[in-house]
Amino acid sequence: MRDARGEVRRPIGLRLWLSGGWLTLLVLGALLAPWVAPKDPLMQDLFLGRMPPFWVAGTEPGYWLGTDSLGRDVLSRILYGTRLALIVALVAGTLTCLIGATLGLIAGYYRGWPDRIISRFVDIWMAFPPVLFAILLIAVLGPGLVSIIIAIVVIDWTRFARVVRAEAMSQGAMDYVASAQVAGRTRFGTMLTEILPNVLPTIVALLTLEMGIAVIVEAILSFVNLSISTDSPTWGGMIAEGRTSVHQAWWVLVFPLITLFLTVLSFSQLGEGLKDRFDPVLR
Amino acid sequence: MTLLRAFLIRFVTTIVTLFGVAVIVFVVIRVVPGNPIAMMLPPGATDADIARLEEQYGFDKSIFEQFLIWLGGVMQGNFGTSISLRQPVSDLVLGRLPATLELSIVALFIAVAIGGALALTGTRYRDTKTEGAVDVTAGMALSIPDFLWGLILILLFGVLWPVFHISGRISPSLNIDFSTNFYLFEALVRLRFDVIADLIGHMFMPALALAIPLAAIIAQLLKQSLKETMHLDYVTLARTKGYGENYVITREALPNAVLPTLTLVGVQFTFLIGGTVIIERLFSYEGLGNMAIDAVINRDLPLIQGIVILFALLFTLVNLFVDMLYVILNPRLRHA
Repeated sequence: MRDARGEVRRPIGLRLWLSGGWLTLLVLGALLAPWVAPKDPLMQDLFLGRMPPFWVAGTEPGYWLGTDSLGRDVLSRILYGTRLALIVALVAGTLTCLIGATLGLIAGYYRGWPDRIISRFVDIWMAFPPVLFAILLIAVLGPGLVSIIIAIVVIDWTRFARVVRAEAMSQGAMDYVASAQVAGRTRFGTMLTEILPNVLPTIVALLTLEMGIAVIVEAILSFVNLSISTDSPTWGGMIAEGRTSVHQAWWVLVFPLITLFLTVLSFSQLGEGLKDRFDPVLR
Repeated sequence: MTLLRAFLIRFVTTIVTLFGVAVIVFVVIRVVPGNPIAMMLPPGATDADIARLEEQYGFDKSIFEQFLIWLGGVMQGNFGTSISLRQPVSDLVLGRLPATLELSIVALFIAVAIGGALALTGTRYRDTKTEGAVDVTAGMALSIPDFLWGLILILLFGVLWPVFHISGRISPSLNIDFSTNFYLFEALVRLRFDVIADLIGHMFMPALALAIPLAAIIAQLLKQSLKETMHLDYVTLARTKGYGENYVITREALPNAVLPTLTLVGVQFTFLIGGTVIIERLFSYEGLGNMAIDAVINRDLPLIQGIVILFALLFTLVNLFVDMLYVILNPRLRHA
């Protein structure tokens, strides 16, 4: 097993750099969108509908990645869509992590009835199709940024709870925890100062993966038109429009898809890279 | 004896889980601010009309009473009437279930075929560049979710090289007079090759999109346990007997390496079934998931309820089945 991993270890540096680089680019794009976006993302011009990207003949200058059926600039819409995607990734990812990891830590370390209750809820949650659950929640809460974030936290906290619970359980059985107890530390104190630091690398890696998942869930919700208001630019909304007109204007689907693809890949590669780097056995 | 007890406990937990799912869905969808009844009626409807329909659907009672009435109906196999389609929920849901089941099972077969082939290749050529390639492929396949694979496949095989249908389950022009909704299964039994080809042409891309992440998991896990098995004494013995490497891997190592993969495939298969919701939407495939999204958009409470319960039932049944298979296949547990 060590041999197999040893071979994978080499490209980790490159992987982290590439994914970190793409995500930095996205953050810059989101922050500077009003200045770098060539057009107003909401501006429609029906005379310029479905213009192809710049390298194809018959384009209008200034519309680098073409226009959609209403003549809106694809590049500008992607840039503005980045804002929603990154806010959701950051806020929903962090909240999911805080809630899920806390519950997992308590269940795994305290065992007994807190564990029984939390684990039963995890079981019930595992019986829900996550996408359907998210769509249901949005339908109930009504579309909007806060609803998206709540939906992601509600469907995904179990991902953290399950993993952190298992880790906390195996850490709790170790000698150093017993010696901390003998030294007179309280249960709660031991959990925070002994267990948590040892589980933290796993939590950080999971958090990075979760941000990628949050971006996908947001894209899926806007794909079925349940994200934020319908004319705000979202990657999922652009993909939905591109899907229907894929035979007439492939660029409306392809460019947001590439952006989403690279973003999800970057988050997951970053997560995997961090996991390998932090893993004390591999180090 | 212990085995029987273990299954009894599993059965009770399954019931508790399903009950929990029912309660959560019931409470969640009944705190919706909008009135689903008002949406059913034309704009000029009077308050009396609304009240009459509310009574008909039982919305005038408290949530607790509504739940008891619903639960009583479920016990008799009555899941209520769909608000938007005005048909019994059980008919609608059972009519769509075969489409989703066929899609999931075809996806599972594809995943096992691709994942198994990758794992065997990686083991056969272990510690070479080929194994590295298998690792990289599986890693990439796993980090991209089914929704994105579906879109990529649409571009590849629907637009660039249009060989497959990108929407629907079956061509409407095709004349089928089947007695069940298990089109693929029935076409296979009746040897209707035109129908089989058409169904596969529609099903291939959504099934592949669902299969790719699972195939990656199978490839990684099966390869790891195969490689561990290859170091065991009995495998060395088979080798000294003069059997070739291919024979040793497939006949000696594989049967013992399959077991750990099996449990995980069970859990992952439930994720695959959950994935059908958005994949069916993406490919306009007329299954349960697609119906579920419409039901949510139309706020069709009885229908949403029926579909979610059916999904939950499917998930728990798959888990139960895998546990039983594990016991049957594992000789150590059989004699416990």
